Amino acid sequence: MAQMNMIQALNSAMDIMLARDPNVVVLGEDIGYFGGVFRVTDGLQRKYGEHRVLDTPIAEGAIVGAAIGMGVNGLRPIAEVQFADYIYPACDQIFSELARLRYRSAGDFWAPVTIRTPCGGGIRGGQTHSQSPEGIFTHVCGIKVVMPSTPYDAKGLLIASIEDDDPVVFFEPKRLYNGPFDGDANKPAVPWSTHPKGEVPDGYYTVPIGKAEIVRKGSAVTMVAYGTMIYVCEAAAKALGIDAEIIDVRSMVPLDVDTICTSVKKTGRCLIAHEATRFSGFGAELSATIQEECFWDLEAPIGRVAGWDTPYPHAFEWEYFPGPLRVAAALKAVMEAA
Amino acid sequence: MARRSRLHVPKHHSRPGEEPDFSYLETSPAGAVPRPDINARARDIGNLSIDLVRVLDDRHVAVGPWNPHLDPPELQIGLRHMLLTRIFDERMQRAQRQGKTSFYMRCLGEEAVSVAQGMALRPTDMLFPGYRNQGLYMVRGRPLVDLMCQLLSNTRDMCKGRQLPVMYHWAEGRIFSISGNLTTQFPQAVGWAMAAAIKGEDDIAVSWIGEGSSAEADFHHAMLFASVYMAPVILNIVNNQWAISTFQGFAGGEQRSFAARGPGYGMAGIRVDGNDFLAVYAVTQWAAERARTGAGPTLIEHVTYRGAAHSTSDDPSRYRPKDDYEKWPLGDPVLRLKNHLIALGEWSEERHAALTQELEQQVTESWKEAVQYGTLTDGPRLNRDLMFQDVFKEMPETLRRQREQLRAELGV
Repeated sequence: MAQMNMIQALNSAMDIMLARDPNVVVLGEDIGYFGGVFRVTDGLQRKYGEHRVLDTPIAEGAIVGAAIGMGVNGLRPIAEVQFADYIYPACDQIFSELARLRYRSAGDFWAPVTIRTPCGGGIRGGQTHSQSPEGIFTHVCGIKVVMPSTPYDAKGLLIASIEDDDPVVFFEPKRLYNGPFDGDANKPAVPWSTHPKGEVPDGYYTVPIGKAEIVRKGSAVTMVAYGTMIYVCEAAAKALGIDAEIIDVRSMVPLDVDTICTSVKKTGRCLIAHEATRFSGFGAELSATIQEECFWDLEAPIGRVAGWDTPYPHAFEWEYFPGPLRVAAALKAVMEAA
Repeated sequence: MARRSRLHVPKHHSRPGEEPDFSYLETSPAGAVPRPDINARARDIGNLSIDLVRVLDDRHVAVGPWNPHLDPPELQIGLRHMLLTRIFDERMQRAQRQGKTSFYMRCLGEEAVSVAQGMALRPTDMLFPGYRNQGLYMVRGRPLVDLMCQLLSNTRDMCKGRQLPVMYHWAEGRIFSISGNLTTQFPQAVGWAMAAAIKGEDDIAVSWIGEGSSAEADFHHAMLFASVYMAPVILNIVNNQWAISTFQGFAGGEQRSFAARGPGYGMAGIRVDGNDFLAVYAVTQWAAERARTGAGPTLIEHVTYRGAAHSTSDDPSRYRPKDDYEKWPLGDPVLRLKNHLIALGEWSEERHAALTQELEQQVTESWKEAVQYGTLTDGPRLNRDLMFQDVFKEMPETLRRQREQLRAELGV
């Protein structure tokens, strides 16, 4: 076991997979010599060479397009898109090609590509370095979509994604790279070394895709979240003194409906929280599914708290971010309803 | 005269009711273009992307440095594959008109591109075709019945009923799945080629798009990556003069050849007479050797003509003169190879008629077999449960439920 932040945990996952499987390659902008703008691929090119850790031109569509061809030719590419906000030029290759290749060729061709991309706000990134576009990807059939919230899960889920024969879009909540963050920007930063999930095994292990985790047991309400919002939910529940059960979705596709709905049936109340914009966000899918499965056990309408339906404004970062106050207000509403 | 900015809209040379006009087409005499060493630097061979490599002259004789010196039996095989492609196309077009399938796309006039290139490559080279490359399947020997079953979306459809007709694939034959979205296969081919180089294998990747599709960003992505990594790949632009209704000028061909984009990216570009079987074969051989020996990628522009409609869904008489194809200056690739073989004393009208009859028979018999496995409209049909498979490697619970829902809906 070692103390790792999320950057080190992700680096360790790729290091282990590059060593274990000669077909694993990493490609992306600034990821080779420089080690990535967030240092996630630091040292990998030195260790595995320029043929396995490739710096690329600034062309996300080409990165993913080439990764698909590499995957078809037996490699297991890990493509980095430097910011989730930059992934859109690659979307045709992801939506029309990567996601559907297995289907359209009746299983004869497929490409085991993992696309890693940092998402989320809270780092003064403005509207082009703060987005949470996961809901756009969950709407496309044929790709798996995951987002870890701890170093332990980051490493285990990334190894599972690399080994998966289906394509995976792997979102990294960048505000959590260096430590858990409860949404209060005025508090001093907390490092991962103070958090139990900053304990990460040195070697190989996986966290299965498709399994949610109950990060706090509780009986009064179920809070369903992922990424940075896990810590905001914890802070909000604590502030209100509410015995909330908090579920980290971790894998949006496939979704662990059982874990979520078992909890909601038990507590009878549910609040969904995400950083992404609200309208047609992934919370809508969660809400609809929970309503269909748990309607007769619900004691109050399902609550949803999210980013405002605006682009992410640079100067109003904390007014935009669904921080502990907004989550607490939403939680209170869910607790007081009916 | 007033000086002001202006908007230039590319002007079609001829529209319906007008005389076909190919005065824009720049050609070179057969044999006139030098053949550089395969290791030549891209910057030193820029003329290849502007001139037109041709081997067959007007007397049907093979001339010049690009003559690949193929033996007559090989030429006869090439003729057979091209003729089979054409006969197959005609029969499938008719099948669509008869309502047996929903859609078809012919490659009339472009047969030499796929057939000569397919023959010039190794069977293990990986092909990323577009939808007008059926000749590749003829060269690599996929049974016609298999292609027909795909067109019919029947019980033996290789795509299990999921793809439009013509969007074939063949993993064992190393022919990639046709998407239906344009140009997406281009950067994928480059990635495949990069992987081959990473693994130290000497198979190359080859891909095709139309000149219209070269406008897509994926074209530029592919060119960039191919050039940056010197990927062992051949990228082909089949310039058949027409996107659906817009001529090649709307894809950027009015000011400069498409092949010239090769040198623009620092890679070799060759402009070849796409209706000249020997020239296409020769430039492909050159580019393949170049790729296989680490000298880098090549962009080949095949100057040809789309003799038929874009697909069964459009009527070319609405946007071009009816006799446009007849007036195309580079002729018919099948006829040109046939005449060459006759000039060599290795073919005759009688043998040609006999071959035509034999291939028609083959197509007819294959069709009879294929329709036994069903058509789009008449059974037997594929099991509808198949529609939920292969979205993921393992079927997730959500799809299992939806499959059950459909079963319930249908009362099965």
